[in-house]
Amino acid sequence: MTNDSVSATGGATTAAETQWDLWEVFTQEGEGAPHEHAGSVHATTAEHAMQNARDVYARRGKVVSLWVVPTGAIVASAPSDAGPLFDPGNDKAYRHPQFYKTPRGARGL
Amino acid sequence: MTDQKSPASAPAAGSPDDAARVAEFEARIAQGESIESKDWMPERYRKQLVRMMSQHAHSEIVGMLPEGNWITRAPSLRRKMVLLAKVQDEAGHGLYIYCGTETLGVGREELVDQLLTGKAKYSSIFNYPTLTWADIGVIGWFVDGAAIVNQTMLAKASFGPYARAMVRICKEENFHKKQGYESVATLANGTPEQRAMVQDAVNRWWWPSLMMFGPSDKDSPNSAELIRWRVKRDTNDTLRQRFVDLTVPQARAVNLTLPDPDLRYNEQTEHWEFGEIDWKEFQEVISGNGPCNRERLAARRKAHEDGAWVREAAEAYAAKRQAVSAA
Repeated sequence: MTNDSVSATGGATTAAETQWDLWEVFTQEGEGAPHEHAGSVHATTAEHAMQNARDVYARRGKVVSLWVVPTGAIVASAPSDAGPLFDPGNDKAYRHPQFYKTPRGARGL
Repeated sequence: MTDQKSPASAPAAGSPDDAARVAEFEARIAQGESIESKDWMPERYRKQLVRMMSQHAHSEIVGMLPEGNWITRAPSLRRKMVLLAKVQDEAGHGLYIYCGTETLGVGREELVDQLLTGKAKYSSIFNYPTLTWADIGVIGWFVDGAAIVNQTMLAKASFGPYARAMVRICKEENFHKKQGYESVATLANGTPEQRAMVQDAVNRWWWPSLMMFGPSDKDSPNSAELIRWRVKRDTNDTLRQRFVDLTVPQARAVNLTLPDPDLRYNEQTEHWEFGEIDWKEFQEVISGNGPCNRERLAARRKAHEDGAWVREAAEAYAAKRQAVSAA
């Protein structure tokens, strides 16, 4: 994102400043662990977002990998969609092992 | 950091929040569900969160100033590394919380602008000066200790993005308190001059630290609503008492006295009772008339202006890269 108000006034910062693009940050805390959403950073480029994400979300030794994703690229479900999207998963008890009867004495199932 | 002065206002008559939706929202809260930014919420809940979270974020940012003041004068390389790491953490903590307010549609630039123009509030504690090196230890022990009491509660807040930022902060902040107490204990066991210096710092920071929890419950218009919506779980006075009960034995362990002649243990309640807080001083400081209010804002503005070239350079570099990849 360019910042016309700053460059046009030769660096005056009293003018309203345009905010840099928002990036969502995902961190992997240890080999084999999933990447989890940590928060967001503002940055001008992907490389810049990566550096900011490192400084903000990886100051302690645990993080082994970072993802940064432009916030606008994320498609999220809306709370109002929760019913149609997830209800079909709620009424299928036969998708769980507890649904099935095991003959007495059978082991290792 | 804590909810400070703000007028109480009930939802206006004819408010757009219809009663059925509010009831549904409050039922979710009562069941202990977490509210996410895309969920429907009463306008007043959103406003209270933006107010609390932005004050909290500003406090983290302004909180860097009194301590940053001592980085170049830390007495050893170890203490300097620790202080640098702590101040860097505070910047990170401010960013975690600003990021939470952005999920509510309030941009960070807008909040930073409110801070730089003096419209925003932040914790009263950061308007006191750090006169000696001992202040840095006492700040870690008292101020971060008080913040942990408050933030441990906020880690269970009903608003998911705020609670998650608090969990992250609490994990990192324990070192802030421990390094402070270690530094205090070292001075308390040092030369007579070092002992006197740390006792003096304790004397100056004790009461302002108690004020960090905000007004007494009887003068805290926001508390009932915030507790009903489970943004907070405890009142200001309950949190303050928790902090006093934790801290008094820690002071005794290093033979330092707290500057309150009324401080005494109540066997029945199992709490440390303490004297009356000077609320006039508190009001003065949050109204902008504390010892360092002007200095803090001036330092923050200067840092923002001095950093302008870095922002410009980053943008120029991004524009150049874009032009190259377009060519």
